[in-house]
Amino acid sequence: MGKYLVRRLLIAIPSLVGISIILFTVLALAPGDPFEELATNPNVPPEVRQNLRQKFGLDDPVAVRYVRWAGSMAKGDWGFSFSSRVDVDKLILQRLPTTLAVIGLSQVLALLIAIPVGVVAATRPYSIFDQVANTFAFIGFSLPTFFTGLLFILFFSIYLDWLPFVYRADLSETGLRWWWAQFRQSIMPIAVLGLFQGASWTRYVRSAVLDVIRLDYITTARSKGLAERWVVIKHALRNALIPVVTLVALQMPAIFGGAIVTEQIFRVPGIGSLLIAAILANDTPVIMAVTFVFSCLVILFNLIADVLYGWLDPRISYR
Amino acid sequence: MAGSTPASLIAEGAAPAGGPARSKMLSPWGEAWRRFRRHKLAVVGTVILGAIMLAVLVGPWLWQVPINDIDFDARLKSPMLGHPFGTDDLGQDLLARMLYGGRISLAVGFTAMCIGLVIGTVVGAIAGISRGSVDAALMWVTDLFLSLPQLPLLLLIIYLFRDALKAIVGVEAGIFIMIVAVIGGFRWMPVARLVRAQFLSIREKEYVEAARALGVTPLRLVARHILPNSLGPVIIAGTIDVAVAIIAESTLSFLGLGFPPDIPTWGRILYDAKDYLDVAPHWALFPGMAIFLTVLSINYIGDGLRDALDPRRVM
Repeated sequence: MGKYLVRRLLIAIPSLVGISIILFTVLALAPGDPFEELATNPNVPPEVRQNLRQKFGLDDPVAVRYVRWAGSMAKGDWGFSFSSRVDVDKLILQRLPTTLAVIGLSQVLALLIAIPVGVVAATRPYSIFDQVANTFAFIGFSLPTFFTGLLFILFFSIYLDWLPFVYRADLSETGLRWWWAQFRQSIMPIAVLGLFQGASWTRYVRSAVLDVIRLDYITTARSKGLAERWVVIKHALRNALIPVVTLVALQMPAIFGGAIVTEQIFRVPGIGSLLIAAILANDTPVIMAVTFVFSCLVILFNLIADVLYGWLDPRISYR
Repeated sequence: MAGSTPASLIAEGAAPAGGPARSKMLSPWGEAWRRFRRHKLAVVGTVILGAIMLAVLVGPWLWQVPINDIDFDARLKSPMLGHPFGTDDLGQDLLARMLYGGRISLAVGFTAMCIGLVIGTVVGAIAGISRGSVDAALMWVTDLFLSLPQLPLLLLIIYLFRDALKAIVGVEAGIFIMIVAVIGGFRWMPVARLVRAQFLSIREKEYVEAARALGVTPLRLVARHILPNSLGPVIIAGTIDVAVAIIAESTLSFLGLGFPPDIPTWGRILYDAKDYLDVAPHWALFPGMAIFLTVLSINYIGDGLRDALDPRRVM
């Protein structure tokens, strides 16, 4: 197991390097200039600007800049945010837990919807329940997250006035009341993401369970007298989850995309809204670091999927 | 038989009725059309998508209200006789703006799909027909692109290159080319994998071997024998890609980094509307519903095509 993990980590390194090269090339080719503001400000003499450019190494060749950037990335020195005057790693570490919490909880919600609904739909194919579930799944993944978010705000915040539509990081309440306020303001962002993912996963789970439910070993399990519930949970579901895990891992980039939109709608202070703010402020180091963090998260989740794979399917050897 | 549950409801219902219809010999496309028609919701989706496309193509001639006619007396009006879809904060007619913006949204969807399909088919075909290092390298690149965080990169590229392209080809065309190219450039990977998988199985088939034995050149072998037989999954993926591209464009515009306000795509209208949700909900609801209906129709059409184009499925 340990060996397998090390090998998977080693395989992940070339992808990380590839992604960082793509990112850096895109940035290096682009015409934006972080010192544009200083250039148009008459109080800043051009020599100062030139010195600053030299200090940050903006005039060196691309390859030199890439190697230097990659080196400092590896050392944990992620640069300095031009606009908020803080170290980038501090900024990201501040924002990352919120994003991970929103994404993580929404995935849990999606699984809580997709697995039971998908399994029940597959065990009674073409029943009323199956057709209703299928219709809702289609509606669910055809509704883009930005529109669901606006609909939720319209209905729950404006029409019913139940939930706040702006996420606040600095809640004034303490103790239990803090948790309650936190819960109320987190429901909508998590639900928007979770329902979208849950809808598409329901279809995966359904077709995967449908594929295994008629196999011989399920008949064997039934004929040895196991309760139907255990046949489905222990025998059918576990095997059906193998292809589902792959599909979920493949969807990870889309999930992060959804997270950016959700954070932007509800003004959740995560790295997604940090990215948008940085892009609007032309804050190169932050854009670079956030995009890189997103890439790392995608690769990390793929790694987790691989490990889950081995647990679900003992036929995959760890050697 | 193992796994004999048909994956689709119509497959079951069609079994008895399929007998007499099959006595007539149908061309492959006629057969596909017969199967497609059995998927009721796919047909409904086709009708709705057709109606939306007709509306955005013909609509601007029938509804000749200018899209940027500012009228401060009619700000944020709910739907009424003169403005069937209401007005926005500058008193501009929303119906006219949506008809115009719909053209752009749909055009982005279809063009980006075409770009994705072409790149994906070429990469997949090259990887599928060549063995060894070329195949491995192309698949490594495909996997690399699959694990890129697409939305952050889309945002990054569009923000960085927008001004440069604007200067070269003008505002409207510049942003259109940029968005279409970038969305298409990030949607080819699934197609490439599908095409490669199809090629790997088809190139071992007897009829390909027979063609090769007859001395057919590799290019003709691919173009005439392998590619046409691997198009089914590609067409399905392409259909779904239109929906994905429309959502991608709307997402960019919704984040304020897509089209500028004078090009009111559906996503852009939503972006402008989101701060007026409490006073003018209609402003957000109409474009949102348009995106939703389009995407839902396309997804159902894709589902119907899946039933229609899979020859292994008995119907």
